[in-house]
Amino acid sequence: MNKCTERIFNGLVKENPTFVLMLGMCPTLAVTTSAINGIGMGLSTTAVLVMSNMLISMLRKIIPDSVRMPAFIVVVASFVTIVDFLLEGFVPSLYDSLGLYIPLIVVNCIILGRAESYASKNPVIPSIFDGIGMGLGFTVGLTSIGIVRELIGAGQIFGFQVMPDSYEPFTIFVLAPGAFFVLACLVALQNKVKRNLAKKGKEVPAQAGCGAGCASCASKNICGGHLIQPENTENKKEQEGA
Amino acid sequence: MNENYKVSSSPHIRDKIKSSNIMLLVVIALLPATIFGIWNFRHENAWILVVVTTAAAVLSEYIYEKLMHKPVTVNDFSAVVTGLLLALNLPPTLPWWMGVVGAVFAIVVVKQLFGGLGQNFMNPALAARCFLLICFTGQMTYFVYDGVTGPTPLADLKAGEAVNTMNMLIGNIRGTIGETSVIAIMIGAMFLILMGVIDLRIPGSYLISFVVFIVIFGGHGLDPQYITAHLCGGGLMLGAWFMATDYVTSPITSGGKILYGICMGLLTGLFRLFGGSAEGVSYAIIISNLLVPLIEKITLPKPFGKGGEK
Repeated sequence: MNKCTERIFNGLVKENPTFVLMLGMCPTLAVTTSAINGIGMGLSTTAVLVMSNMLISMLRKIIPDSVRMPAFIVVVASFVTIVDFLLEGFVPSLYDSLGLYIPLIVVNCIILGRAESYASKNPVIPSIFDGIGMGLGFTVGLTSIGIVRELIGAGQIFGFQVMPDSYEPFTIFVLAPGAFFVLACLVALQNKVKRNLAKKGKEVPAQAGCGAGCASCASKNICGGHLIQPENTENKKEQEGA
Repeated sequence: MNENYKVSSSPHIRDKIKSSNIMLLVVIALLPATIFGIWNFRHENAWILVVVTTAAAVLSEYIYEKLMHKPVTVNDFSAVVTGLLLALNLPPTLPWWMGVVGAVFAIVVVKQLFGGLGQNFMNPALAARCFLLICFTGQMTYFVYDGVTGPTPLADLKAGEAVNTMNMLIGNIRGTIGETSVIAIMIGAMFLILMGVIDLRIPGSYLISFVVFIVIFGGHGLDPQYITAHLCGGGLMLGAWFMATDYVTSPITSGGKILYGICMGLLTGLFRLFGGSAEGVSYAIIISNLLVPLIEKITLPKPFGKGGEK
């Protein structure tokens, strides 16, 4: 099961979809107005991601290479429709606040990216864990953005008032510009942390931005494109999938 | 002998004026409006907001540059200008810490993160004003004069009520600290024009295109009182003379300056007449700031020998 934990670690830290791969930016910026929305969106995406990774991995020998994209989309869209109806039926309040972004999970780059770069080339079990890792990474990213935005923009976390009553909320942080400010600050922060780890000589999960693909990486000659990533071809495909 | 053949790239003619001289002149030109504003809103203690906001701008520039190990450029007065302009764009009753938030945003986010003086893509003071306007809409649109709360003359004008144009000219009306007195602003603007700091093309084309827009779409035709009220109301004069002419965020080509002015005039008219709020100068200027690279691209003069008949 070592491979599986490696996949989860990869999704959460090394190739975190929000902070390192920069995939799925549309829901990241749009729905993270509060922490609960971030968690809701993240978990819905995780559910779709796990199921679609599993099914695509099962079907990977059947799907012809030339029509793999439409096939993936059909699989993903079916699961998104299921999640859409489930949310509408059981958590209508969350469904209302996420709105259009639930159907838009179909075109989320992470899901298609993982299907293309991982699930279509790997066995079922690792693919499932890849989906869990990526989904959790996305959830963590969205929730942390949501917490910061809700805290500054409304003085609350998960709907509970944490700031004193005299606190004047910075309304801009729950509006669209705030999403960009918070995302930029959090990405800068995690790059800083990773760089500090590198300076201390600890093993670094990945160089800042390295997960985005070796093709655009300035130091690919040093690492040869395969030292950090066991399956280096996946990164190149990733960008096409995005 | 070698000196005769010194080869260098343009510019070949250099002036003795430095950025700090120009910034100091702008500060001096802002003094009439500042002093009038502080006197005008003496009951609201406007001076505290002006002092705190300006000091916060200078301090945040100093601290950021120290932390980032950059050369400290506080001496060029640009942070003073930004802080002062921001303060003049705030309503006098704003809590002082909001002024500090705005100043830090202007200096750190809009100016320093993009590389400091000369690199910012939009006017820092106006960007901070818009930031505060979205953040704290209630406080930013709360106007008091002599202890009486109410709408600004511009809002009255939009609502179709009569306004006293004479008061708008002198400045004893509700509004932000520095925008109320057209006379005080014009004294500073005249000073800048005489010292050759600002180019008439930008404010000229701005105001003319704005008036043309108001005449065509305002619904009052050539009614001089309506036009004067629009010209004297809100931040138009302060924006046109002091903020649209910011060197960093305005085009350098002469054709581009006129185009930039027209762009701001049309946007201001559009926002004032058809927008949700009565005022639109700050948004018009920062949107035009964003268009400046494009404006410069299409108005770039052809070098000698290029172009011509095909």
